[in-house]
Amino acid sequence: MSASLKSLFKQPLAARLAARSSRTLLGAARYNSSAASSDSITVREALNQAIDEEMERDESVWLLGEEVAQYNGAYKVSKGLLDKFGPKRVVDTPITEMGFAGIAVGAAFHGTKPICEFMTFNFAMQAIDQIVNSGAKTLYMSGAFTKCPIVFRGPNGAAAGVAAQHSQDYASWYGQIPGLKVVSPYDAEDAKGLLKAAIRDPNPVVVLENELMYGVSFPSNSSIASKDFVIPFGKAKIAREGSDITIATYSRPVGFALEAAERLAKEGISAEVINLRSIRPLDLDAIIKSIKKTNHLMTVEQGFPQFGVGSEISAQIMESEGFDYLDAPVCRVTGADVPMPYAQNLEALALPDAEVIYKQAKRILNVE
Amino acid sequence: MASVFRLLRTLQSNNGLLCKASSQPAFSRLPQQMGRHHGSAPLTRYRCAYTRAVPLASAAFSTSSHPMRKKVMFPGSLNSEYTHELSFASSVESIPTYQVMDTDGKVLDPANEPQVSEEEAKTMYRNMLTLNAMDQILYESQRQGRISFYMTSFGEEALIGSAAALDPKDLVFGQYREAGVLLQRGFTIEQFMNQCYSNEKDLGKGRQMPVHYGTKELHFQTISSPLATQIPQAAGAAYAMRREGSKLCTICYFGEGAASEGDFHAGLNMAATLGCPVIFYCRNNGYAISTPSIEQYRGDGIASRGIGYGIDTIRVDGNDIWAIYAATKAARTIAVEQNKPVLIEAMTYRVSHHSTSDDSSAYRSKKEVEDWSKRDNPISRMRAWLENKGWWVKGEDAEITKSAKAKVLEAFAAAEQLKKPAIRHMFEDVYSELTPELVREKEEIEALIKKYPDYYQVNDYAKS
Repeated sequence: MSASLKSLFKQPLAARLAARSSRTLLGAARYNSSAASSDSITVREALNQAIDEEMERDESVWLLGEEVAQYNGAYKVSKGLLDKFGPKRVVDTPITEMGFAGIAVGAAFHGTKPICEFMTFNFAMQAIDQIVNSGAKTLYMSGAFTKCPIVFRGPNGAAAGVAAQHSQDYASWYGQIPGLKVVSPYDAEDAKGLLKAAIRDPNPVVVLENELMYGVSFPSNSSIASKDFVIPFGKAKIAREGSDITIATYSRPVGFALEAAERLAKEGISAEVINLRSIRPLDLDAIIKSIKKTNHLMTVEQGFPQFGVGSEISAQIMESEGFDYLDAPVCRVTGADVPMPYAQNLEALALPDAEVIYKQAKRILNVE
Repeated sequence: MASVFRLLRTLQSNNGLLCKASSQPAFSRLPQQMGRHHGSAPLTRYRCAYTRAVPLASAAFSTSSHPMRKKVMFPGSLNSEYTHELSFASSVESIPTYQVMDTDGKVLDPANEPQVSEEEAKTMYRNMLTLNAMDQILYESQRQGRISFYMTSFGEEALIGSAAALDPKDLVFGQYREAGVLLQRGFTIEQFMNQCYSNEKDLGKGRQMPVHYGTKELHFQTISSPLATQIPQAAGAAYAMRREGSKLCTICYFGEGAASEGDFHAGLNMAATLGCPVIFYCRNNGYAISTPSIEQYRGDGIASRGIGYGIDTIRVDGNDIWAIYAATKAARTIAVEQNKPVLIEAMTYRVSHHSTSDDSSAYRSKKEVEDWSKRDNPISRMRAWLENKGWWVKGEDAEITKSAKAKVLEAFAAAEQLKKPAIRHMFEDVYSELTPELVREKEEIEALIKKYPDYYQVNDYAKS
């Protein structure tokens, strides 16, 4: 190939790697994190690191989805992975969720560990038979001889101004299914730990991320940066301790709950915020333990009110000893029971935010 | 710069990334477009100067058509030429059907004479008879209320030829009418019975309806009820095999009705673009429960779709075991050596009712079924071929059938006697490990059973 021709194409991988700083060539490299700080990390970077580290650790892990390879990911979550691992492990697929979820499930049946990315979980509805009927149920229905160590991940819930077909929260849909594990991270720590745990888990796991959280920065530390940082499923995190009311939630609403808790604190109300992290298995014990302290429970989710996560928590609390500690009925704060409107102002009204949580907390506590 | 222009002309004359693969007589195909990252044919066939495929869109050359060019240059174009005639393409000619022997078992072209040993051929034939006998008895047993459900393979016994052509480690993804494949692989009559009876020896631990067989040992993926879901899965498993470098393939069976599902289109397209060593085998038996194939599709069967997806395709006589055998063997070679999918459409006739829940006289005449059974019977054709070879003695059939029936009845009686799977199996394998909730539920049930032994009749279940 002539020199002039060579310059027209991308440099070979080795040359590109050499061009980066030596710091980034080393194993602990986070070459896609902002050079400015190693003290903070965005959710996007955390997810990227999780996938990167797990793919390095285990040859059988691979990533597929629309735009994950050459485009570096529709939301840039898989940035740099194609360059690092090559086209056999980071695979761009044609536009068929049903097709590539099926391919991923089949490859999982045959002993590889696919990470199947959906551009959003709304589109995963086109693949839901493969996720539920094949992915979740096959270990059971085959008499345990066919495992399905697959991870389905992607943005879930509302984004901004993308209307009804891009904004649904599927936590309660997948949370129903025996055979699936379902997790939903809030911050970067959750994102990295839960995704790494999901990839290592031999069961099919659904990881419900949130698009609006991808760019949000959180403080990092050496434990999060560790290559073996995993968060166990079924264990909620007390994001803020309190004694007057328990607010149990997951994903982006954790941030709103924390904001509301700040506001409530100024008025002398101490709210305990529980970041569920794990939808299935649900950490009911953490909620009960908290209710024993606070005697009041509010659940918050962006999903529709009927048959939702809050409904399930209410029912389980009623059936448990937690019921005896309640001074008021469980209050579910949810999205509005309408297809998500497109208009920005209406969308804001259709979703719970810090203001709604703050007002509801005061109402539950019967405070003006 | 001269080299740049030379390259530009090469690009334009090749339409950029085309490689014209050599055509083989048996399979219809279009010139394959080289995938972006997965070359599916050896490098030497490409006339491009560079070793890494770069999509035209990202190459630094102009992609606009020269006004004198005949070929269409768009990135999505394959090998199309401009035309000035306004006409719509539609399928007029049907893809031919490959056949080795006629209905009297006579091999029509001596070049196609099957190269198998007497023992192999007779094993295949015995399996056809055994399948037939087993189907008859199990169908009756459902009618007698002994098992809940069954599906027979009457008229489609020649499928055994496809199993005979594969490596025993090739992974099979079936639909539900592939008991012949299992039989050929070595699944025992007892194992069939145990699954149908959902007893304690069932490999599936009693969690599935009858005929939803699966066995890890024989590389047969457990049958899944929703139709066509196995199609993209087979492609995915094949992709995993390709990465392993195992030189094995997967074979995926489905009916012409299931080929209407979205999964079919998604699976075939993806298998082609990813380069998966999978054989897609369509059993076109004329009926999808009551829907005849003329209502299932308008195009030239399922084979024409394979061409649409850029997949090597062949149509075969599905009642001719040797045609199936030869086609599957050739398909396997293509899949494994070239890492790409192949589609086989086997034309046959479903003599059976769809299942025990169906009475096909509601939508077709009994006479039609009888006529087909007499006129073109895969078992008779194979027997005639064996007799022509002098490998079969007249009357040996009756012996085989009798002993197969006796064996089936024996296994059947034994299976009926066995207990049902232990109750603990209800809670296991939901996840790869028992969760605390499941342990609680299990213990609760066990405690209740112990406390109220008269109420919970558990004698039929194996001990936990």
